[in-house]
Amino acid sequence: MAVAVIELAHGTDDLVLIGIQRRGVELAERIAKLIEQQEGVLVPRGALDITLYRDDLQTVGPKPVIGETRLPGDLTGKHAVIVDDVLYTGRTVRAALDELADFGRPKRISLCVLVDRGGRELPIQADVVGKVVKTGPGDVVEVQVAELDGRDQVDVVRGARQ
Amino acid sequence: MTAALGKDLIGLERLSPDQIRLILDTAEPFKEVSERPIKKVPALRGKTIVNLFFEASTRTRISFEFAEKRLSADTVNVAATGSAVQKGETLVDTAKNLEAMRIDMVVIRHASSGAAQFLGDRIRSNVVNAGDGKHEHPTQALLDLLTIRDKLGRIEGVKVCLVGDILHSRVARSNIWGLTKLGAQVAVCGPHSLMPRGIEELGVTVLRRVEEAIEWADVLNVLRLQLERMEAGFIPSLREYYRVFGVTVERLAKAPRALTVMHPGPMNRGVEIDSRVADGPHSVILDQVTNGVAVRMAVLYLLAGGKPELADAAKGPAAGGTD
Repeated sequence: MAVAVIELAHGTDDLVLIGIQRRGVELAERIAKLIEQQEGVLVPRGALDITLYRDDLQTVGPKPVIGETRLPGDLTGKHAVIVDDVLYTGRTVRAALDELADFGRPKRISLCVLVDRGGRELPIQADVVGKVVKTGPGDVVEVQVAELDGRDQVDVVRGARQ
Repeated sequence: MTAALGKDLIGLERLSPDQIRLILDTAEPFKEVSERPIKKVPALRGKTIVNLFFEASTRTRISFEFAEKRLSADTVNVAATGSAVQKGETLVDTAKNLEAMRIDMVVIRHASSGAAQFLGDRIRSNVVNAGDGKHEHPTQALLDLLTIRDKLGRIEGVKVCLVGDILHSRVARSNIWGLTKLGAQVAVCGPHSLMPRGIEELGVTVLRRVEEAIEWADVLNVLRLQLERMEAGFIPSLREYYRVFGVTVERLAKAPRALTVMHPGPMNRGVEIDSRVADGPHSVILDQVTNGVAVRMAVLYLLAGGKPELADAAKGPAAGGTD
């Protein structure tokens, strides 16, 4: 995926990796490390919490816990690559696009996800995908990363959600 | 699962330690919002909030208004002067009329203790107490807690002394509830005439002299001496008060450990606090003001919306954690 990101961006100039809280932040960090090994350049990383931009805030019961948002400076003129663990309905990415717009005007925004599980509710597609998994609405895709969960693992649990 | 706050925020007396921690933890990410180039998030878009201030206030009202605007809520300010209140309209009638215009929340400041509760029991909108008489001023205490946590890294075990007019202070009352619930050690210090009888029952120590307070405490929260108190005969004179209870550089120099000085404002320089202290290295008074906006954003965010009957419907894919 790191190679695909470099190809997408035609190198590392102006590249900024932005992980979506929480697993996306760790994945962005890993991609940055792989790019550093290959290119010798440590690209700037940021973290984005999209909770306050969700379109279902008026309906969710207990309020979700808000994570940290930290961006490496003004994004104007940069190529921002949003990194997340799972792409599903596309609503998280929609929120992330809205939020990024409040931090400047990147010359380009791309999307990089570990798992694309289908089931889009918005016209959003990823530019770099680790793996495509066909799932239904009742399935749950759970990504674990070593930094937070102690191991790297992706589980697809069929029929877990009613 | 988070500890929800319920419909209204009336005081810290009724909140659990977990609920207080939830507000402080939620305030943390909101600090960053105020540092953004565009200081605004859409979380409360479409919500209408009325700031109903029956008592003079600059800091609190502006702080609430910034908090509301940075959450994208629509706000209206109503002051007692220049409104129908002057024509004798009751509090409930004013609020019901506002509610008929389809508002979602009321932030109320009132001279009568219990006014916020009274209103909260009678209208459907969320009510936030911005200070009611001598009862509570919960968001002030919450921002004080956040400032202590920022500065010292913890609240549990920290020694905090409230200095000044404890008797008339809603800030003192809210602070005592909040601090004791989070495990701080709390003392109060002030003139005998301004010390409520039986205050020890709230779990606080009474210190008679400000020198004792400075020797004991990690944090001094210096309360404003309202000038009306002198006229009412609680203290002989402002100069006398400063001489006995004023927090001065000379007194702080004798502190055995690093001391943090807070003040909820507005300050009477040269009465309860020395100017050199207010502007000096011990002071976190302006940090308190900055934290005030974040804490109020957290409270409004946690109280607003979240219609439980819609929550189940929303528990489709979009509400899942892995989309």
